[in-house]
Amino acid sequence: MIKITEKAIDVQKVIDTACSLGAGAVNVFIGTVRNTAHAKNVLWLEYEAYEAMAVAEIKKITDEASHRWPILGFGVSHRIGTLKPGEVSVVVAVSTPHRRDSFDACQFIIDNLKEKAPIWKKEVFEDGEEWISARPAGTMAVQN
Amino acid sequence: MARFNVKAFGITKEIIGTKESVVELEAATVHELKEFLYNKYPRLSGLKSLFIAVNHNYAEDMQAIHETDEIALIPPVSGG
Repeated sequence: MIKITEKAIDVQKVIDTACSLGAGAVNVFIGTVRNTAHAKNVLWLEYEAYEAMAVAEIKKITDEASHRWPILGFGVSHRIGTLKPGEVSVVVAVSTPHRRDSFDACQFIIDNLKEKAPIWKKEVFEDGEEWISARPAGTMAVQN
Repeated sequence: MARFNVKAFGITKEIIGTKESVVELEAATVHELKEFLYNKYPRLSGLKSLFIAVNHNYAEDMQAIHETDEIALIPPVSGG
């Protein structure tokens, strides 16, 4: 299951989609919103996705993961919209017969998702906002 | 002249000022579209990277684009 959603992610549901009777391990990664960035307080994050392409890119990643590891089931859910510190932004769950593969496959999926999936986040501070990673390091943030 | 519908996301949506715009171009490769956009919106050159997606796939510079293609600007991604 691959999902981009505006609603709060039901972590258990994502885990359930990954589960399989043949699995000896289910590995789960949960990404959450941090309350600080650049030594400033984050008020909230705005997530945006190019939904159809994000699903297609994540599919390519899980296909590749399934070639590399004996994946029995998986679930990937990414939230978009306004998220406050502490909220869950992404969940990746993978089941495999043995634990080592589940760790490796789960890490592969989240690492590649962060690198390739067309999803963006903007940090909103008390004194301004900034799209993450958009500009080369050292350049000024957009101020309100 | 060909007319291309171009979607913009993240910071590119703010730079261009709209989610979707129409670009009229004679030639039609990803590279030429990018050159046109860099000229029209110089702030795009300040980005760490800028990819063009054609029909939901990252496209190479030399790839041809067509009016019926779904074209999108992909600034540096930051999901997770």
